[in-house]
Amino acid sequence: MTLNGWMQICLFFVVLLLLVKPLGSYMARVFMGKSLFGLNSVLGPVERLTYRVCGIRAEDEMSWKSYAWALVLFSAVGLLLTYGIERTQQWHGRLLNPAGQGNVEPNLAYNTAASFTTNTNWQNYSGETTMSYLTQMAALTFHNFTSAATGIAVAIALIRGLSRRSAASIGNFWTDIVRAALYILMPLSIVLAMLLVSQGVIQNFSPYKTVPLVQATKTTAAVTTQTLPMGPAASQIAIKHLGTNGGGFFNANSAHPFESPTALTDFLELLGETVIAAALCYTFGLMVGDKRQGWALLAAMLIILVVFMSVCYWAESTPNPRLAGMNIDQTTSVTNPGGNMEGKELRIGIAASARFATCTTATSCGAVDSMHDSYMPIGGMVPMLMMQMGECILGGTGTGLYSILVLAIISVFIAGLMVGRTPEYLGKKIEAYEIKMASLLILLMPATVLIFTAVGCVLPQGTSAMGNPGAHGFSEILYAYTSQTNNNGSAFAGLNGNTPFWNITGSFAMLIGRFWFIVPTLALAGALARKKYVPAGAGTLPTHTPLFVGLLIGVILIVALLTFVPALTLGPVIEHLRLFTATI
Amino acid sequence: MPVKARPLFDPPIVKQAIIDSFVKLNPRHQFRNPVMFVVFIGSLLTTALWVQALFGHGEEKSGGFILAIAVWLWFTVLFANFAEAMAEGRGKAQADSLRKARRDSPARKLASPSRDAEQTTVSAATLRKGNVILCEAGDYIPADGEVLDGVASVDESAITGESAPVIRESGGDRSSVTGGTKVLSDWLIIEVGVNPGEAFLDHMIVMVEGAKRQKTPNEIALNILLASLTIIFLLATATLLPLSVFSANAVNAELNAAGQSATAHPVTVTVLVALLVCLIPTTIGGLLSAIGIAGMDRMIQKNVIAMSGRAVEAAGDVDVLLLDKTGTITLGNRQAVNFIPAENVSEQSLADAAQLASLADETPEGRSIVVLAKTKFQIRERDIRTLNVRFVPFTAQTRMSGVNFASPFHRQIRKGAADAIENHVKSVGGGGGRFPEQVRKTVDDISRRGGTPLVVTENDKVLGTIELKDIVKGGMKERFAELRRMGIKTVMITGDNPLTAAAIAAEAGVDDFLAQATPETKLKLIRDFQAGGRLVAMTGDGTNDAPALAQADVAVAMNTGTQAAKEAGNMVDLDSNPTKLIEVVGTGKQLLMTRGSLTTFSIANDVAKYFAIIPVMFMSTYPALRRLNIMHLHTYESAILSAVIFNALIIIALVPLALRGVYYRPTSASNLLRRNVLIYGVGGIIAPFLGIKAIDMLLAMRIFDF
Repeated sequence: MTLNGWMQICLFFVVLLLLVKPLGSYMARVFMGKSLFGLNSVLGPVERLTYRVCGIRAEDEMSWKSYAWALVLFSAVGLLLTYGIERTQQWHGRLLNPAGQGNVEPNLAYNTAASFTTNTNWQNYSGETTMSYLTQMAALTFHNFTSAATGIAVAIALIRGLSRRSAASIGNFWTDIVRAALYILMPLSIVLAMLLVSQGVIQNFSPYKTVPLVQATKTTAAVTTQTLPMGPAASQIAIKHLGTNGGGFFNANSAHPFESPTALTDFLELLGETVIAAALCYTFGLMVGDKRQGWALLAAMLIILVVFMSVCYWAESTPNPRLAGMNIDQTTSVTNPGGNMEGKELRIGIAASARFATCTTATSCGAVDSMHDSYMPIGGMVPMLMMQMGECILGGTGTGLYSILVLAIISVFIAGLMVGRTPEYLGKKIEAYEIKMASLLILLMPATVLIFTAVGCVLPQGTSAMGNPGAHGFSEILYAYTSQTNNNGSAFAGLNGNTPFWNITGSFAMLIGRFWFIVPTLALAGALARKKYVPAGAGTLPTHTPLFVGLLIGVILIVALLTFVPALTLGPVIEHLRLFTATI
Repeated sequence: MPVKARPLFDPPIVKQAIIDSFVKLNPRHQFRNPVMFVVFIGSLLTTALWVQALFGHGEEKSGGFILAIAVWLWFTVLFANFAEAMAEGRGKAQADSLRKARRDSPARKLASPSRDAEQTTVSAATLRKGNVILCEAGDYIPADGEVLDGVASVDESAITGESAPVIRESGGDRSSVTGGTKVLSDWLIIEVGVNPGEAFLDHMIVMVEGAKRQKTPNEIALNILLASLTIIFLLATATLLPLSVFSANAVNAELNAAGQSATAHPVTVTVLVALLVCLIPTTIGGLLSAIGIAGMDRMIQKNVIAMSGRAVEAAGDVDVLLLDKTGTITLGNRQAVNFIPAENVSEQSLADAAQLASLADETPEGRSIVVLAKTKFQIRERDIRTLNVRFVPFTAQTRMSGVNFASPFHRQIRKGAADAIENHVKSVGGGGGRFPEQVRKTVDDISRRGGTPLVVTENDKVLGTIELKDIVKGGMKERFAELRRMGIKTVMITGDNPLTAAAIAAEAGVDDFLAQATPETKLKLIRDFQAGGRLVAMTGDGTNDAPALAQADVAVAMNTGTQAAKEAGNMVDLDSNPTKLIEVVGTGKQLLMTRGSLTTFSIANDVAKYFAIIPVMFMSTYPALRRLNIMHLHTYESAILSAVIFNALIIIALVPLALRGVYYRPTSASNLLRRNVLIYGVGGIIAPFLGIKAIDMLLAMRIFDF
């Protein structure tokens, strides 16, 4: 570990925190219908036109059930549309499919459609060898916007549930996603895409280019040229991060020089995937009328993030003992990064890679700038654990906020009982129905992950896909289902996921992880909105204090660790122990 | 039902509880508690595995180990049963003593509510609502009801534990009688108020027995959380079997490749069951119903009968407490505290006149004037008969009282409210009297201070003012401060005018007051608080309190109160002590806190159990896991068994805590949380490390070799 490395980590947190307040209050204005510093006059007509064309009555309010129906139907139509576009690639034309990509195989097309609809962006394909430009833009980038807007909408609906009193409705799904996409995701994406292009990220419709190699090489025959894939990358990459989607334009994702050419783009993309999630905490505070509540949630998130990021950085800075005797210099110096550089880009380095790996899994982004499969066992366990906490450490755009609110409700329940009162959160009594929904939410994720992992471990269709034997192969399976169920989408590369078994089970995990979470969350929002407001008194447990933040952190860690410790023991933990001890 | 504090482990109750722990092994009973049902199934499963081992097909090397696990799992179930049976047993003991009060005495049924009406003797059990009965001295009152006629002294000690007899009479607030009490003198004609089985005593018996106990809202919510935690752990352990099969195969393949023999085995079902039982929240699951029953029991020990568990729980949530001024905050009566003479009148002559005017006044206010004159100026009390005066009593028309001296001076001394006296001085002696400005000012001052001014005159001359004051009971200020620390707002209800009410409220230290209260304004006040999301508690005794009691969330009726008040309330205070609400709130809070604290403890325990079991359970596959055995537990068997034994014993160890409740002191929510997180959260992480290590050391001594 180096001072430079720590400074890179600190810089990220400082810049992130500086952006929280301005973006958070801007987003609150968007959903509270306040003026948006002139943006209304530019985008307002677009918004109204959208409503007119789609027949949306913007002022209509929805019950949680209507909201959920609208959301599920909207997603289902999007899924089918994407499937259709993928399956008709050969007719996309020369301009939009210059590489002449064929139609995507049915089960891969289905898996990809489910993956992008659910904001997972798990990719059992390589973008440059499978997808046409039209598919990348109209099917995948489209979902990058809509799935992120859907996440924000659900978060806002839950906030309304908490802030409204004795209300029957939680907002209007259509206006929520339109406003989220139009006023938040679009402007930010344009800014980020411009910044990325300025650093060399490509944005074109050119056919793939063949270029002479700088240094010719030889396999069976002499290799002197290389094909460089092209395409409208920047426009997709900006939203890939801002919407915590994570599906790369190219297979190598943010490790690819056309996706992230410099250390600055790496930093900007990292910022992009964290900033909305972090700022939404502030939005939450503003909308419930108590900013301290938002800061408390953000504090809990960031404390966990800092700790695990440090663990990851520490693990990756450790020299691999198996390489020690092989005359490989693993010491850290000005010219040598030291530690575990396998699977990492030299232009990014260890600290920034650890920073990125922790954040991309803490948020449900899943873009990678280094290969997690090549991390040290503990370094690779950190991304896995970040997801196993239920994507509530920042989490996805929107999804992170509602996930941590569910855990806050569980914490409030236990803490509330400990102070001898029926628990209340933000003036809403937490009773049997809320606990039923919250319990369902904390139960579903581990249930899905563990059951699929168990199935994947025993069926030959599962084990045959592993790239490594033993504990590491097991980690690949555990990581795959953890990532898909939590709608993260990053992979412990090594697993060959493009088989019918993995395509089908994976898409189930992703759909369960998305919709079986959203529907109970909306039910929770509906139930909370109906409740009366109980004003806080001296006997009420304050939920903005360091004590409560500590309790929330405890609940998040305990729920995740108690559930996954046995499985993690058979994966990264034993791998670590065996790596650093003589015995196998 | 005089409740004596029972020793925690009363031998007859313990004996019965041990028997009941076995009776409760009935699967239908077990099924009601999801957490313990899982343990129950686990016990059956391991027992079956042991039987299988007896036939030589055991999955573990030693059948004794499987047996030991099975036995301790059965103990876990029995211990939880025992905790519940203990709580129920204590309730039953209360109920039995109550039941003794309910005897099937013959009742004299009357054809009409008159003493001379035709009488028929029937069994008390046949009495229905609306029947009219006669009870005479020596009779037990056969059923709850309302006195229609007569006055009698009644011994209610069977219900209240208070040995002094009370007066029951028709009309007013002392008209209700309770079945099972005894008429000591005179007679009563009573209209029966309840049908058989619905009587107050029946309610009490049902409640304390816990037989028909319904789960309270928070209990239901907690049960859901515990059930889902159980499912999570069930999945985490069940999926461990395929995962360990995979790992063992992988390691065996490595070993074979290295030319070594395959030694890795998958984990056994016995160990998985042991791990599961250790992880699921058995501590709270096993003690949950005991905590609920014990909470009710603690209310009864405070001489409060709650009509439902929900009411007890709601007591913990109370935000606003409505208290009657008179009798609760202040002593029943006002007392004279000061003489303020008019100009050119000495204080002593005012005191003298005031005392004369009050000599025949037997009201407590009147007595207090006599006493004040005596203590201040040593004016001896004079005998009214020797003074040759005529006493003029207070009437609603004159609103004055006083004395008239027969002769020779025609001295007429009066005391009364300022406006009444003003009229008086202007009308006597030809209307020449004058009401001095200075006295008027004094009167206003006293009113503003919350006192009651009485003006004294002799003929048409105003002598001065007597200041009467409400006397706030000792210690009230401290109790209200305590409530404030608990986050509860206190509101004083009084019929006084706002000025007086404000002054007393300030003196007593209540947060707010409702002056010139009527049943309607009381009801409105409660509704307003409730509309604002507050939970309101109040005490009451009169029939006019009944609507407000019915509206309040926690309504404590005084046992001395009317039947209507008792029916409207959801708790009855046998001691009829209005400040009892404070203890009621405390008990409600303690109930919730005990649940929350033990839940936290239960979950926190899992950390140590993982450290005990995980390193050894995959030992044959991954010997390197030994490094995680930070407790240095001796063997595979002893590590797993220690965790299981600890898990079982902790239930028994916490039975006293469940029955007594966790320590509660009125303080802010943050302080309570900090304290309980420290004790039950952090303590819950540390305690099992010590406990499991200790059990492992005992097992390592091979005292209990199997």
